[in-house]
Amino acid sequence: MNSIGRRLLLLVPTVLGVLTLVFFLVHLIPGDPVELMLGETASRADLSQLRADLGLDRPLGEQYARFLGGLAHGDLGRSFFYRKPVFAVIGGALPATALLAAAAMAVALLIALPIGIIAAVRRDTLTDRMAMVGSLLGVSMPNFWLGPLLIILFSFRLGWLPVSGKEGAASLILPASTLGTALAAILARMTRASMLDVLGEDYLRTARAKGVGPVTVVVRHALRNALLPVVTIVGLQFGALLSGAVITENVFAWPGVGTLLIQAITARDYPLVQGCVLVIALCYVFVNFLTDVLYALIDPRVRT
Amino acid sequence: MTATAARGPAAASRIKLQVLPIPALIGALILAVMIALALLAPLVTTTTPLQTDLAGALRGPAAGHPFGQDRLGRDVFAQVAHGARASLLIAIAVVTLTALVGVATGAAAGYVGGAVDVVIMRIVDIFLAFPGILLAIALAGVLGPNLVNLVIALAVMGWVGYARLVRAQVLGLREREYVVAARAVGAGPWRIVSRHILPNALSPVIVQATFGAAGVIIAESSLSFLGLGPQDVPTWGGLLSQGAAYLLYAPHIAFFPGLFIMLTVLALNLVGDALRDILDPRTR
Repeated sequence: MNSIGRRLLLLVPTVLGVLTLVFFLVHLIPGDPVELMLGETASRADLSQLRADLGLDRPLGEQYARFLGGLAHGDLGRSFFYRKPVFAVIGGALPATALLAAAAMAVALLIALPIGIIAAVRRDTLTDRMAMVGSLLGVSMPNFWLGPLLIILFSFRLGWLPVSGKEGAASLILPASTLGTALAAILARMTRASMLDVLGEDYLRTARAKGVGPVTVVVRHALRNALLPVVTIVGLQFGALLSGAVITENVFAWPGVGTLLIQAITARDYPLVQGCVLVIALCYVFVNFLTDVLYALIDPRVRT
Repeated sequence: MTATAARGPAAASRIKLQVLPIPALIGALILAVMIALALLAPLVTTTTPLQTDLAGALRGPAAGHPFGQDRLGRDVFAQVAHGARASLLIAIAVVTLTALVGVATGAAAGYVGGAVDVVIMRIVDIFLAFPGILLAIALAGVLGPNLVNLVIALAVMGWVGYARLVRAQVLGLREREYVVAARAVGAGPWRIVSRHILPNALSPVIVQATFGAAGVIIAESSLSFLGLGPQDVPTWGGLLSQGAAYLLYAPHIAFFPGLFIMLTVLALNLVGDALRDILDPRTR
């Protein structure tokens, strides 16, 4: 398919740009990263050994080429803190982040779709206004505040759910709700706007005139077309969820890539910082690409 | 040439004294309170934000300490009030910096076109492909936690939205009759862009800056929450992070800074919505 081929081609400079940005991250560190990693008490021999291990003693061009070459072989360097390949460390944490992002998306959809549909059907009523005020509050609420509020209510006061960690399905509920709330607010507004566009269409009037019931009109006829723009936002926001997870994971000590990234920053484990940023950014780029392709497949008007 | 004529035909009709809708008035009022709190922080607080009182550690709201005290007995209200200074200052600095860079690059791309446009827009695409908050976290993490680095980390991504917006505006305006007329009478590119095109392209930039400020406040608080913000001045995110460790015994420490972040972001969103409705005729 021509348009998919073109999008795939456009992906190349984007991915290269992301790789270059991530490569230069370590070179932006003020002072000597090796000294920062080992501390002031490190011996000269240790410093030069680590510098050589990280390849920082080579010219910049060669370092860049080695970085790209390593990546091509799945080699992201070695974690200084864990004393393991970065790839393996991140591989251990990535499923937890993916699980959290998927659960947050499910929470967002479960909240947003009914609210968006009801608000559109009952346009300009109190229900509609309350739904929209609620969604505005949801967008404005930082997840590092919502998380602690949910912990106070559901863990401390009611004792229903665990405070933090990843033990069983119950421990997923609070982090997923925290991460999914802002997205639910965005999707609810989107669903409402999209439904309002569709509800005014002629074919729905025809369906009503033919005696189709109100629920069937909304669910079978309107929703199907109204969901197309929502699907795009869902795809694009899934990538954003992966990066948003960094903060939520840290609130709930969720053992994903976000928690790993902040640990790596604190430990000045720069290869691991680079690896975490790279993995999340590439997931984001590829999810956005897939959304683009899926959208082109679903909606023939985009295939230009 | 009168000021209106210099700005082109659209500007005069757009700027009308309109009665703001109630949500926008509420937003403007909240913002005014936040700005007053930031400006008057030393006058409205009875203690400095760093003054400790170990006997009152972790105490809840009471007379003299309306928002309670933190683990070292410091007044939470004083910290929230001084935190407003840091948050608003960072938001203004980042929005100004990103808007200036974005408007300049977007105008260059849109007006000059050709290779300049291609190069700038390719860079914009790459930045847009990168999750903003992640780059900010990574940058603040490697640069080190202080105020200037935080502003840099937040500004690095922010300009691209403005650049794309202004480029589109400039592309739409550069062949308008009044611009062609200015070119015909010998006005140079700098004069045309700065006097004739940009004043007409700025409405969406103002709207974007309002929503952008809301985004910056959330991002800045997120970074401060993660320990990547300035360590020597109180910030809402930093205070919230500190309070997160005492949720069971002293939930007020985390509650109040979070409430202020949410109210400020909500206010900016409300004002941004109203500005968009007023300044962009298509959304009316």
